Amino acid sequence: MATAAAALPTETHTSTDEVAQLAHPKPSRKVLAGMILSYVGMALIVLYCILPFYWMVVSSLRLPTMGRSTQFIPNPVSFLNFQAVFKPGNNFGRSLINSIIVSGTTTILTLLIGIVAAYALARLTFRGKGMVLWIIMACSMFPLITLIVPLLKMFSSTAPFTWFPYWINTYQAVILPYLSFGLPLAVWNLTAFFRQLPVELEQAAMVDGCTPGQAFRKVIIPLAAPGVFTTAIIVFIGAWNEFLIALTFLQEPNKQTATVAISKFTGTTGFDTPYGTIMAAGVIVTVPLLIAVLLFQRRIVAGLTAGGVK
Amino acid sequence: MATTTAVGKTPVAVPDDGHKHKKNALSDGQGRLAWLLLAPTLLIILVMAGIPVVMSIRESFFANTSKPDPNTGLIKQGESFVGFQNFSQIFKGQNQVQGSWGTIDRFWNAFFNTTAITIVCVILETILGIAMALIMAKAFRGRGVVRAGILVPWAIPTIVSALMWKLIFDEAGVMNKILGAHILWLADTGASFWAIIIADTWKTAPFIGLLTLAGLQTIPAEVYEAAKVDGATAWKTFLRITLPMVKPTLVVAVLFRTLDTLRMFDLPYGMIGPGKYRVETLSVFSYQEAVAVRYGSAAAYSIILFIYVLLVASLFVKVLGADVIGDSAPKKSKKKKKDQEAETAQVPALEQVGGAH
Repeated sequence: MATAAAALPTETHTSTDEVAQLAHPKPSRKVLAGMILSYVGMALIVLYCILPFYWMVVSSLRLPTMGRSTQFIPNPVSFLNFQAVFKPGNNFGRSLINSIIVSGTTTILTLLIGIVAAYALARLTFRGKGMVLWIIMACSMFPLITLIVPLLKMFSSTAPFTWFPYWINTYQAVILPYLSFGLPLAVWNLTAFFRQLPVELEQAAMVDGCTPGQAFRKVIIPLAAPGVFTTAIIVFIGAWNEFLIALTFLQEPNKQTATVAISKFTGTTGFDTPYGTIMAAGVIVTVPLLIAVLLFQRRIVAGLTAGGVK
Repeated sequence: MATTTAVGKTPVAVPDDGHKHKKNALSDGQGRLAWLLLAPTLLIILVMAGIPVVMSIRESFFANTSKPDPNTGLIKQGESFVGFQNFSQIFKGQNQVQGSWGTIDRFWNAFFNTTAITIVCVILETILGIAMALIMAKAFRGRGVVRAGILVPWAIPTIVSALMWKLIFDEAGVMNKILGAHILWLADTGASFWAIIIADTWKTAPFIGLLTLAGLQTIPAEVYEAAKVDGATAWKTFLRITLPMVKPTLVVAVLFRTLDTLRMFDLPYGMIGPGKYRVETLSVFSYQEAVAVRYGSAAAYSIILFIYVLLVASLFVKVLGADVIGDSAPKKSKKKKKDQEAETAQVPALEQVGGAH
C-alpha cells in the first residue's frame, strides 16, 4: 500500500511531498527494485516446482519410440503413449478404478470416524484427553514398514493369525491400514477446525432446546464444512499416493492400485524401460490431483498448516 | 483461542472427580460420551497400529526355520525363538556389502544411508524452504500462482516422481544433457545418493516453504517497523526477528520432514531400485528382508528404525522445544509450561522489541 501511495504523483504541493517523504524514508526506487527481485524470485520458485513436471508431460507426448529423447518440445506431438497405457496387458484402467475405490472408501471412513473423535477432543471434557492426543500423535510417527510383517502375517492368515480371514488382494487389506495414518491426520485437522468455532454458537443452540449432539450436527458441522472438505482432500491424496502397503498386499494385477501398476510397467522387450508409457500413466494419475489442488489451493494450504501453526 | 484454553484447562482443575464438578454446561458429565465417540478411532489405531507394533516386536525375536523335511522333502514351515539374535547379528558383520561407507554390514550401510540422506535433505530443504517463504512473503501480487506451483511437487505421488526423476537422471537423459556430463546417476554410484537428495528436496522443500510462510504471516508488521526505526540491517532483522519468531512453526515442519525422510521408501525403491546399496534406506532394507521371507530380521530392523524415529522426535521436542501437540496436554502440563511460556511470551516479547529503546 505504501509503495502505491508513494508512486502515485497525486498533487504537486510541496507540503504533501514532504509528508510523503517523511512518511516513507525509503526511496521508491529501492522498493521497486525489491519488488522486481521478489517477482524474479517467485518466477524461480515456480520454475523449480514446475520444470520436472513439465519434463514428465513432455516425455509423455513423444512417440513411444522416442522415450529418452531430450528435445524440450516434443516433435512430433503424439498421444500414442496415452493409448499404450490402456493396453489390456497393463491393467491400468482397472488399477485406476481400484485406486478410486480404495482412496474414496478410506476418505469416507476416515471422515465419519474422525469427525466424532474430533468433536470429543474439541468440545468434551474428560479425563485422559492428553493421553489420547499423545496416542494419536505417536500413531502418525511410526514407520509404515513396521506394519508390513505383522499385517502380512495377519492378512495371509499364517501363524499366529490362522483364525484371521485371508485378506491378501482385497481392498480392506489396504483400506484398514490407510485408516491408521488417515485418522491421526483427520482428527488433528478437524479438532483444530472445531476449536476455531466459538463454543457460544452451540450454547446458543442448546439454550434454544437442542441437545449437544443436535447442536453439533446442525450448527458446527455446516460451519466446519470447509475444514471437513480440506481434510477429505488431504486424506484422499495421501491414500491415492500410498505405495508401500499397496505394493505388499495387492499382488494380483486386477487388484493393484494405480501407483503399484505404474511401478510394474514393463516394455515389450522386457529390457527397455517404456518411459513414454510410464510418464503418460504418471500424468494420468497426477492430473486429477493437480486440478483438485489448483481449485482448492487456499483450503489445502490452510489444512496443511493447521497441524504446524496454531 | 479463548475456547481452547478453557477446554484445555478444565481437566487440570478436576483431576479426580470430573463427574461431580459442574464447570460447564457443555462439559458436564460427558466423559462417557467422549470415550464412546473416540472408541472407533482408538479401536482402529489399536488394531491397525498398536497390535502390529507389538507383534512386530515379538516377531523380531523369532527367525524363519523353514527347511526341507528330510523324510518327505516338503518345505516344513516354522519359526523358532532366537532371542536377541536378530539384533546381535548386525554387530557380527556376516552380511558385508560395498556401499558409500566402505565394506560394512548391510544393516549399518542402510543405517548410515538413512541418516546421511535425512541430514543432507532436511538441511537443504529447510534452507530452500525458508528462502521460498521469504520471497513469497515479500510478494504483493501473484502469491496465488506461486502457491499453486508449490503444491505441484506435493501432489505428485512419490512413486511417480521417483520414475519421473529416473527419466531425468537417465544416462542419456536431460540432466546429463544440461550438465554436459556423462554421470551414471542410476547405477548405484556415489551420484545415486545425490540423485535421491535432489529428487527429495524438489518434492518437499516447497512444503517447508508453505509452513514457514504461514508462520511468517503471524509476525506483526510493527515488529519489522520497529527494527527499521532502530536501524537494524536486513540480515540482522532476519536473524533476530524473523528466525526466532518463525521458529515454533519451522521446528514442527522440520520435525515432520525429518521423520518422513527417516522412513523414506518409495523414492530409492522406485528411482534407483531395490538392492542398490548406495541408496538403500532402512525401510527398503527391511522390506527386502520381508520379501526374502526373513520376517524376524525384517521386523527387527523396522523396530530399530521405529526406535530411531522416536529418539529423533524426542530430541526435537527436548532440545528444540517442538510443540507437536500444540495443545495443553493435562498430564504434561508441568513440562509443557516452559513451551507455553515461550509461546505466550511472544506477545510481550513484541512489546519488548518495540519498546526496548
